[in-house]
Amino acid sequence: MKESDKFSAVPDAMGHFGVYGGRYVAETLMPALIEVEKAYAAAKADPAFDAEFRSLLKHYVGRPSPLYFAPRLTEAFGGARIYLKREDLNHTGAHKVNNTLGQAILARRMGKRKLMAETGAGQHGVATATVAARFGMECDVYMGEEDIRRQAPNVKRMNLLGARVVPVSSGTKTLKDAMSEALRAWVAAVEDTFYVIGTVAGPHPYPVMVRDFQSVIGVEAREQFLEQEKRLPEMVIACVGGGSNAAGMFYPFLGDATVKMVGVEAAGHGISTGLHAASIEAGRPGVLHGSKSYVLQNADGQVNNAHSISAGLDYPGIGPEHAWWADLKRVEYVGITDVEAVAAFHELALLEGIIPALESSHALAEARKQARRVGKAGAIVVCLSGRGDKDLESVLEYDERMRK
Amino acid sequence: MSRIEKTFKVLKDQNRKALVGFLMGGDPDMEASEKHCREALANGVDVLELGVPFSDPTADGPVIQLAGQRSLAAGTNVAAVLALAKRLRKDFETPIVLFGYVNPFFSYGYARLAKEAAAAGVDAFLVVDLPFEESGEFRQHLDPLGLDFISLVAPTTPDNRLGVILKAARGFVYYIMVKGVTGARVDIPADVAGHLDRLKKHTVLPVAAGFGVSNGSQAKDAARHADGVVVGSALVRAATEGRLAALVREIRQSLDG
Repeated sequence: MKESDKFSAVPDAMGHFGVYGGRYVAETLMPALIEVEKAYAAAKADPAFDAEFRSLLKHYVGRPSPLYFAPRLTEAFGGARIYLKREDLNHTGAHKVNNTLGQAILARRMGKRKLMAETGAGQHGVATATVAARFGMECDVYMGEEDIRRQAPNVKRMNLLGARVVPVSSGTKTLKDAMSEALRAWVAAVEDTFYVIGTVAGPHPYPVMVRDFQSVIGVEAREQFLEQEKRLPEMVIACVGGGSNAAGMFYPFLGDATVKMVGVEAAGHGISTGLHAASIEAGRPGVLHGSKSYVLQNADGQVNNAHSISAGLDYPGIGPEHAWWADLKRVEYVGITDVEAVAAFHELALLEGIIPALESSHALAEARKQARRVGKAGAIVVCLSGRGDKDLESVLEYDERMRK
Repeated sequence: MSRIEKTFKVLKDQNRKALVGFLMGGDPDMEASEKHCREALANGVDVLELGVPFSDPTADGPVIQLAGQRSLAAGTNVAAVLALAKRLRKDFETPIVLFGYVNPFFSYGYARLAKEAAAAGVDAFLVVDLPFEESGEFRQHLDPLGLDFISLVAPTTPDNRLGVILKAARGFVYYIMVKGVTGARVDIPADVAGHLDRLKKHTVLPVAAGFGVSNGSQAKDAARHADGVVVGSALVRAATEGRLAALVREIRQSLDG
């Protein structure tokens, strides 16, 4: 089997990536998932679906997003040429809209009139609320109370876009609990509501569907890089919470054996402190939110709370395809701490005039470490998954605390 | 004949309906939980569903979510619930079904879990988030030990799927009456009778209907087309309010009357 075939042969019919993935949900939801799976397969085979998706990506989202060579960052890192895939320039300011647009078109094809979503940082919530407005659909966004507090501007955005933000008060009141609550709510509303999952996690077909919609990132980046450098990059880096921007970035490069890929998890205060969100580095296989993958859990199989300064990475699981890539060693997964990410956040702002999302700052911090290893003859493509306006408060607060 | 088969057969011969009762193992702590279980069993619960707590119970409403949180806070784990089942088994012949989510069971290890559960006198497992398609591995460990894997069927389950699920069903079938999470509701949905009749075409196993039953009259209503009813959140709440035995007796009388 060719290298590239190995990666396109998954998932199997039941959504398994090796031992990972699958569908671990209550029976009430199984028929709905099968319905989404069938509808998505039909849509994929329909050129009209793709044409509408491409057209909206171009005219509504503003794609293709630039692949930007960052000269001053390259100089500061002192090694490989650094290229940034500018997902921060998309409409709504992050990669999330690529996926919500695809799912909204699918929902409309299925005759669903309501969308629902979970959100952590609020980026996926905003992206879902945006497409709901665009398609004239109702929209409920489940968000943990702690995140509502941390990400107030995004809550206001969602309200402005006509969505209802449903506060979730269970557990740690963050993304994990928002997703649990969204799954509960979906059980009760399953007949007229389409659940727009924001990452490559959850039950089949979401991991594969979200990866497909996000693959536009990697497809563009690969073409743009080939055009600019007439060759392939040595390395591609992306941050990983659930892992959607990384999956979209990596997938089109999987068959390129010379391209090294690095997924960056949030190491929070450091892996050894237990306060982190590094599911692959510090978790073990388990089942959370509908699929089997690496999960942060205690010895009894209870899911641990994640920690990261970045709300978008603050999740104790990771998409099942990443787990599979990790086991195959096709992608290397590493951790970046809060301190390192915040430093990278400032560095990009000062050197390139770009304020990155804290999530993307993790990928930048890893690029700093890798630049010399790759060397001046090489190049690294970093997925700049979103812009950092939403994070100003968090970063300023963090800096204030560090000064004390 | 298994305890579950025997229980449903005896009830059927007496023209009575089964009361399947759920209580969260270890809620609010192991000592109180054991007392509640004994109370339920002594007052007329025919099948005990013993909950194993999980941090992220995606199919449960607030009452059982909170029960799970209290139980986890008291340090409950799979081994502790198995030990509780074993203590109950010494004094009761009532079937015990361990009820939970897949991750704690997967984490414990299916082989070890099946072996220890059989030794403790557990009769079956009901795993909310382990649908038919993903249940093969766990069943392989349960079958040789005579432990039943209880199948769930929902109002959303289409006929072709019913056939597949029920062909592999063991023990009894749990019919989820509502599209929603666990918890007490005001009315039993009107379409329950139709769904239960539909289900009966695919299986000879007894069927217990659950989700939303909270009192005697609802139980009687739900049991009309089924072989039994499941009462969960209402029992959990009654246990915390010190009126568990009274509620169990009320439902029992209503079912038998």
